[in-house]
Amino acid sequence: MAFKHVNAVIVGAGAGGGVAAKELAAGGLSVVLLERGKWYSAADCRKDDLRNQRTSPLGNNSGPDEARNPRVVVDLNGQERVVLPSEGGYSNNAGCVGGGTLTYGAQAWRFQEKDFRMATTYGVPEGSTLSDWPISYAELEPYYEKAEYEIGVSGDVSTDPFHGPRRKPLPMPPLPVGREHTILKPAAQRLGLHPFDIPMLRNSVPYGGRPPCMQCRWCVGFVCEVNAKCGTQNTSIPAALATGNCELRTGCMAREVLTDARGRATGVAYYDADDRLCEQTADIVIVSSAAVESARLLLNSKSQMYPAGLGNRYGWVGRNFQGHSYSGAWGLFDFETYDDIGPGASIAVCDYNHGNPGLIGGAMLANEFIRLPYQFVSVAPPGVAQWGRGHKDFMRQWYRRSIAIQGPTQEIPIADSRVEVDAKVKDFWGLPVARLSGGKHPKTMETSAAMTDKAEAWLKAAGAIRTWKKLSGKGTSGGQHQAGTCRMGDDPRVSVVDKYCRVHDHDNLYVIDGSVHVTNGGFNPALTIMAIAYYAAERIVKGRKGRGV
Amino acid sequence: MDHLKINSWRRRRFLRIAGTATACGVLTSCARENSPWRFLTTAEGRTLDAICEQIIPTDQTPGAAWAGVVNFIDRQLMGPYRRQQTAYRSGLREIDQAAVSKFGKDFAALDTGQQTALLQALEGGAKRFFSTVIAHTMQGYYGDPRHGGNRDAVSWRMLGVPVIPIRGRNRYEFPKQGAR
Ligand SMILES: Cc1cc2nc3c(=O)[nH]c(=O)nc-3n(C[C@H](O)[C@H](O)[C@H](O)COP(=O)(O)OP(=O)(O)OC[C@H]3O[C@@H](n4cnc5c(N)ncnc54)[C@H](O)[C@@H]3O)c2cc1C
Ligand code: SF4
Repeated sequence: MAFKHVNAVIVGAGAGGGVAAKELAAGGLSVVLLERGKWYSAADCRKDDLRNQRTSPLGNNSGPDEARNPRVVVDLNGQERVVLPSEGGYSNNAGCVGGGTLTYGAQAWRFQEKDFRMATTYGVPEGSTLSDWPISYAELEPYYEKAEYEIGVSGDVSTDPFHGPRRKPLPMPPLPVGREHTILKPAAQRLGLHPFDIPMLRNSVPYGGRPPCMQCRWCVGFVCEVNAKCGTQNTSIPAALATGNCELRTGCMAREVLTDARGRATGVAYYDADDRLCEQTADIVIVSSAAVESARLLLNSKSQMYPAGLGNRYGWVGRNFQGHSYSGAWGLFDFETYDDIGPGASIAVCDYNHGNPGLIGGAMLANEFIRLPYQFVSVAPPGVAQWGRGHKDFMRQWYRRSIAIQGPTQEIPIADSRVEVDAKVKDFWGLPVARLSGGKHPKTMETSAAMTDKAEAWLKAAGAIRTWKKLSGKGTSGGQHQAGTCRMGDDPRVSVVDKYCRVHDHDNLYVIDGSVHVTNGGFNPALTIMAIAYYAAERIVKGRKGRGV
Repeated sequence: MDHLKINSWRRRRFLRIAGTATACGVLTSCARENSPWRFLTTAEGRTLDAICEQIIPTDQTPGAAWAGVVNFIDRQLMGPYRRQQTAYRSGLREIDQAAVSKFGKDFAALDTGQQTALLQALEGGAKRFFSTVIAHTMQGYYGDPRHGGNRDAVSWRMLGVPVIPIRGRNRYEFPKQGAR
């Protein structure tokens, strides 16, 4: 089936794709936004401890479909296995309108200035592909601000001395603080740290025509019942549709990006909700399917001219796959820390993001989101039985008397951590599935270990009577913070897209999502993905009007 | 049949999967005449109940048996856990055989001390099966009651988690909005 030609077709209605759709549609371009998942409401995705985007023993709540979307994961010993979306190692984000932003924890971090200049700051460690970004914090700053104001961020970063220069404060005040915050804040101050209220893509006051957060127990991994969590599904995408220039097609799984004899992108072939093969032609093609699926789509777009897939002349598509090396510590207290006030995470320090002697980068450290009872089951420290009376006692005694502090340690990218397409395993539509393999650079593990010390020290200062560390594994991370697989760079021989997210070799093919991140900061990535989408889309719109270069 | 009570979403999902995995049909049709369970046989249910109760025993609060963990697991074996059907069938048999060869009785008939000793001594495949049962038991006991375990939210009460959460705690009051 073929449709009316449009100016732009975008694959994936997540953080990057949602923002890009809105900017292009508002700029007067006709846009078709393809999304493999559905447009869910909170009522479709009940608050279910065992079936959500974070804890999924019984499945996930916002896709992708369990039966249709396997992947192959290769572990550090070279063992490979087929995994389903709700199983460990899959690196699932989401498959729905809004992508990860429908259910995310909504921490809204700007990367710091040094995060864009990692190679200059630290040098390039052996065995890594560490590199500077081709753009700076200063260039991205106006777009961070735009994301904060258009999508909506609450919080207060005024006592964080480490953030880059900003022209405006956050548009909304922080949420009222909970008990963990009041316990941790003075402790951080005693240690000489600089605690502050985490910026969150979450309404603390009415904003954007939506009500404030009611601070419930089920936030991260869940859809918000009152629509207080700000994602592209309740901001950019409705705004794009309201322009009249954008059509959203759900249940549409992109198969490949089509090119003509001269190598220009001509559109996208996809399977619609009834699994019919369709074609949407466009002047511009934008791939925004998140780091794993964007790489897979480019690699699966093979032709005589591009036998290794699009953008892959030098073999970089899918490499530098990264997420974060999440590490931290747990502490037990002889008083109650639990207050049932969500979302949980509320206080952070950025004292350890950079400047750790002998280390490369670091992490923002923050208290964890509310852990639901089942999530606490695997927390037990070394020495506590994994089952039986001892385990039950542990649960009963400590569930309401514990705090976790963690941070997304910045990863040192390596070429061998990668997304490929599998030679044998196919998905429901017969397309080769993503194959994930690789591990972490030893320097990443070193920094993570140091972060567990810092987290533990903070907990001790807060009065924890017992603490223990949680160090991330050595395997490749990806996960919900997946990034890096279509690196941005000036040199086409070692990157996939240019500084405007345009695929080298193609003047009308773009990747706009976490894939383009050169490095992933010591922070959750969504706000940066949104900022880059604003930045790249503005350029496309200006270019169309003949005003840009 | 009990599984007709599974809500329509689950049933549709099950049927879709059953179409692709015929092994499923074979496994569920045999050996479960007169069983109160959807997947398990009466004897398997008894063995599993005893194992789950070892994992989360009754003390001052009810344990896994009272909380309906077997009901939970049995139900999931017809849904999200279906890939583990074979593992359950052979794993439970293996544990019963170990009980008979060591103590001359089925696992469920052993005294608590014997059961604990037997589970602690498991090795190889049986040990791996037991860790699966540990994970599933934790899910059934501490997870959402809507899936057939955690009867009366017994674990949440034990932990002191408010069963009916309090909403609308925001200090910002904007009565005119009325959206909450
Ligand atoms: C539980 C959870 C908590 C999180 N917490 C935070 C947080 O606190 N802070 C933060 O910054 N980040 C957080 N994240 C991560 C954040 O959501 C992601 O970084 C972000 O959404 C990634 O944006 P993206 O545009 O790269 O991809 P996505 O938002 O994942 O969007 C990609 C979209 O493309 C669609 N798609 C993929 N392949 C195809 C195809 N072939 N055809 C059609 N459509 C396709 C997918 O269905 C998806 O909707 C969290 C994520 C989750 C799931
Ligand atoms: S904590 Fe707030 S934003 Fe999160 S789901 Fe609950 S009400 Fe929504």
